[in-house]
Amino acid sequence: MAEIRLSQLAHSYAPVPQSDDDYAIRKMDHVWEQGGAFALLGPSGCGKSTLLNIISGLLAPSDGDVLFDGKRVNTLPPEARNIAQVFQFPVIYDTMTVFDNLAFPLRNVKTPEHKVKSKVHEIASILDLTPLLDKKAKGLTADEKQKVSMGRGLVRDDVSAILFDEPLTVIDPHLKWKLRRKLKQIHEQFNITMVYVTHDQLEASTFADKIAVMYEGQIVQFGTPRDLFEAPNHTFVGFFIGSPGMNLVSVELTENGVTFGGVELPMRPKVMERLKQIRSNNIKIGIRPEFVHVWDEANDEAMQVNVRFVEDLGTYKIMTFYLGGVEMKARLQEDQKVPQGVAFISFPDQWLKVYVDEFLLEGDQ
Amino acid sequence: MNKVENNKAWFLVLPVFLIVAFSAIIPLMTVVNYSVQDIFDQNTAYFVGVEWFKQMLNDARLHDALVRQFLFSFAVLLIEIPLGVGVALLMPTKGKAASLSLILIALPLLIPWNVVGTIWQIFGRADIGLFGWGINAMGIDYNYAGDPVDAWLTVLLMDVWHWTPLVALLCYSGLRAIPEVYYQAARIDRASRWAVFRFIQLPKLTNVLIIGVLLRFMDSFMIYTEPFVLTGGGPGNSTTFLSQSLTKMAVGQFDLGPAAAFSLIYFLIILLVCWLFYTTIMHISRDGR
Repeated sequence: MAEIRLSQLAHSYAPVPQSDDDYAIRKMDHVWEQGGAFALLGPSGCGKSTLLNIISGLLAPSDGDVLFDGKRVNTLPPEARNIAQVFQFPVIYDTMTVFDNLAFPLRNVKTPEHKVKSKVHEIASILDLTPLLDKKAKGLTADEKQKVSMGRGLVRDDVSAILFDEPLTVIDPHLKWKLRRKLKQIHEQFNITMVYVTHDQLEASTFADKIAVMYEGQIVQFGTPRDLFEAPNHTFVGFFIGSPGMNLVSVELTENGVTFGGVELPMRPKVMERLKQIRSNNIKIGIRPEFVHVWDEANDEAMQVNVRFVEDLGTYKIMTFYLGGVEMKARLQEDQKVPQGVAFISFPDQWLKVYVDEFLLEGDQ
Repeated sequence: MNKVENNKAWFLVLPVFLIVAFSAIIPLMTVVNYSVQDIFDQNTAYFVGVEWFKQMLNDARLHDALVRQFLFSFAVLLIEIPLGVGVALLMPTKGKAASLSLILIALPLLIPWNVVGTIWQIFGRADIGLFGWGINAMGIDYNYAGDPVDAWLTVLLMDVWHWTPLVALLCYSGLRAIPEVYYQAARIDRASRWAVFRFIQLPKLTNVLIIGVLLRFMDSFMIYTEPFVLTGGGPGNSTTFLSQSLTKMAVGQFDLGPAAAFSLIYFLIILLVCWLFYTTIMHISRDGR
């Protein structure tokens, strides 16, 4: 059982990093608490796998420390870290049977054979691998192979954290859901810290209690799926989480609000106060399509917008419209009236977020 | 339904028949032709049936050569395959060192075979050869031209020097094809160096090793040039292998009938042993499935 702490951690693949761009992982502090199920979510190439390999010890970070339960493990090789890792493509030992595959990590440390046997059978039954134990691992299907890879992590009593590096990439869609559930069960049963790397927000939010969203080598937000949805800490989180992503517009400050493309939006005085102290020109507002209020009729609060089209996605509809020359989206409920040509919308104050230099304006909750 | 009879499509396979006929069947049949006849000149030939085959199979000198040949080929495989795998494991994988080691390793393969024989002929001499002189200087009596054991060991050493690089290069390419993630998983599983070799590297090398074993067997079983240059088959007959006996018979004594029969037997032995190797290795790598 372990808490994984990253302290002032940074990594660059270049021998002599010149600028921030040379860093695959930019300086970060982060804590994965003991026993949690976490997801590390981000687009390809954002440094997720690099971070995972640093935690498992396959890669030595160029700066900073990795601490397990407060103990610095930077110099420990993976075999000494009590950590298991499951890779994107299932790694199995072809020539061995499923049983021997599962027994491999135990036999490597000379575990007595009767213990190996009971442990392997225990894990095999959890993963539904029992009928396959005597089969050669080579002939298994992709999902069975991936279960064997996971099993090799689970058989070890000393494993305090399991890292998953996009483990379901090669699995058929209908089996993905099953395996993800299995993982969740295992997590509840074993109380092991699990870190799950993925670029799929659905996978992340169904597996994890807390999600770390990574962007350009930084963790830009760490929170529950609900946090990420309701209060994205960074424009990237707004854009990446949710389908479709957040509506984001660059704006300029006015006396008591913001403006873009001839549209004036008044802001709350508290927000204005803070905005006026900001030196940056990079100010954006964002609102999720789900939170855009679409009125059935014109009224004092609502702005009139031109509707471009409405997509029917089954249980709900997405309306695309123009406001101040900017394309935006709003979600319509199943039973809502579908606007024709023009619509009347408003942005509820509590859901209208302000971003300065891409980060959420502090205190804007 | 009227079935249209049209056999013109057979013409499409004709090129294949022609190529196979000219490349394999016809040359082989000429040998078969010689092997069943006693030919004195263009117009005088007698059919002798399996007479030559009987004679060849009962020839004591050929028996000795065959035994020597098998001993030699198995010694070659026994040394070169493990050594080649070992060298491949030790070769650097990145940067300039990798290219340099590849060039150095491949060097013996680029030398013409009779030059290899000449090199070792000089290298092994006790008076002017560094190797022969060095061995003798260490107090070991060594003379490949006079002592059958020394001659044997020298021919073996020469073959190891010449051909281990081939096995090493094959294995090197095989090792490079193993994805890094296997090694990473093995580290996470706390596998020992030996376990990594036994359960990751060796299984993934099976295919290149089949090629390596077959090539080295066939080549060593047909070895001719190097011992011919180095020892000329001597001292006595101690390093006379099958192909050398064959050459003596066919070119030296112009006994085309027996030589043809012998060639066919030789060919069948190689075919048989290769098949044995292949099925055995495939069986081992597939067992239990």
